[in-house]
Amino acid sequence: MRYAYFPGCSAESTARDMHESTLAVAKALGIEMVEPKGWTCCGATAGHQTDRVLAASLPAANLIKVKDMGLDMVVNCAACYNRMKMANYEISTDSQIRTSVCDAIGRDYDGSVNVRHFVEVLLKDVGLETIAKTVKHSLKGLKVACYYGCLLVRPPKVMKFDDPENPTSLDKLVKTIGGESIDWSGKVECCGGGLSLTRTDVVVQLTDSILGMAQSAGADCIAVSCPMCQVNLDLRQQDIKKQTGRDYEMPIVYITQLLGLSFGISPDKLGFKKLMVPASNILEKVAQNSNE
Amino acid sequence: MTITIRKTKKSDSLKEIVEQLSGADLSICLQCKKCSGGCPVGKQTLSRPSEIMRRLHLNAGNELLESDIIWTCVSCETCSARCPMGIEVAAIIDALRKLALERKASKQKGNVPLFNKAFLKTVEIFGRTYEIAMIAAYKLGTGKFMSDTEKFPTMLKKGKISLIPSLNGDRKIVRRIFKKTKENKGAKV
Repeated sequence: MRYAYFPGCSAESTARDMHESTLAVAKALGIEMVEPKGWTCCGATAGHQTDRVLAASLPAANLIKVKDMGLDMVVNCAACYNRMKMANYEISTDSQIRTSVCDAIGRDYDGSVNVRHFVEVLLKDVGLETIAKTVKHSLKGLKVACYYGCLLVRPPKVMKFDDPENPTSLDKLVKTIGGESIDWSGKVECCGGGLSLTRTDVVVQLTDSILGMAQSAGADCIAVSCPMCQVNLDLRQQDIKKQTGRDYEMPIVYITQLLGLSFGISPDKLGFKKLMVPASNILEKVAQNSNE
Repeated sequence: MTITIRKTKKSDSLKEIVEQLSGADLSICLQCKKCSGGCPVGKQTLSRPSEIMRRLHLNAGNELLESDIIWTCVSCETCSARCPMGIEVAAIIDALRKLALERKASKQKGNVPLFNKAFLKTVEIFGRTYEIAMIAAYKLGTGKFMSDTEKFPTMLKKGKISLIPSLNGDRKIVRRIFKKTKENKGAKV
């Protein structure tokens, strides 16, 4: 299995932990990840809030590189994944947009590169059986609230990732590695995304509500697959504590970190030290399970 | 609540241009208010998505561009996903953002356009986002120097923020994209 892996800008900053754990998990499963040379920013929320052609052209600059490689593009950042798929959709359904995008990137591009999320590759290409066989330390007894947020599932007609109201992809992975995926109502709620710096008040309210839902459902941690969700839910617990007195101490981990841990990869190689809220409860549970 | 609709000259009406920019058909909205019900920021804003839809349909003019929802919307797309008529409500909000900038509507709390500008400027220069420069530019513009600064030392220590920008991206193609977008009178970046 060989893919063109698009890390996204946050892989070099706020989501180094996501990047490191993604590569470690891929290696353990025999997946070859090749970075497209000279990949650039997808434009993120700022791009599509500013201009439709700019929003499709920035991803297209990367999609055309992957087209030349002749591989499927794999993305783990939910935001980049969303922008790549949206650009493909816009380019292949609107001829005017296609003309403007091709003019902007200086090449013809038809929107045909297959864009896959890493979780989708794990489920469909690798398969749960292989993943189960790779498990060395079970996550038995760990209650995980799987959180999908917005960008993996919406808009459903473009993303086609999973059920948009009750997705289960992450839950399947958690169960396969021995964890308990809990039933809760916050799966596809919004964390406030890109408003983290501009409207911190809104983000604090939204993350407080999500963390509250996970806590009342009995979660030990929340598993995510989006750097913006991770940062907002992890970093804003300090602000929530200051403003409301509620101290969740809820670790927010990437699904790839949980997978890596169950494969017996050292927590340091999976970026566990980079989490703001320490995941010591998870590490203790895994250590306990492997001693039993 | 009461919605006041001013008589607008047809030429000032936003309806047609919003439909053209977003590709959405406003006339099929049923006013079922599912978009407003699912909106995560609806509790914090004075106007909600369904009201915007109605006012657009009734030929609202530039006054609509002052609505707080335009810049409080987090682009979560819940409205579009749940619309029974398949209207791309989020695309309509994107179109209104573009028009609000072009027609110089007043700034809203948080100054999201300034953040977007700072974000895109670092992309234009470096090819990839450069968070420290982006945050500095945004903070300089808003004067909100102190917010979140207490988190920086920990984030730096944990490698969650980079001091140096990444220069491995293909800057040539990114600059070309920004140049072309500006030539086409698209983005105000």
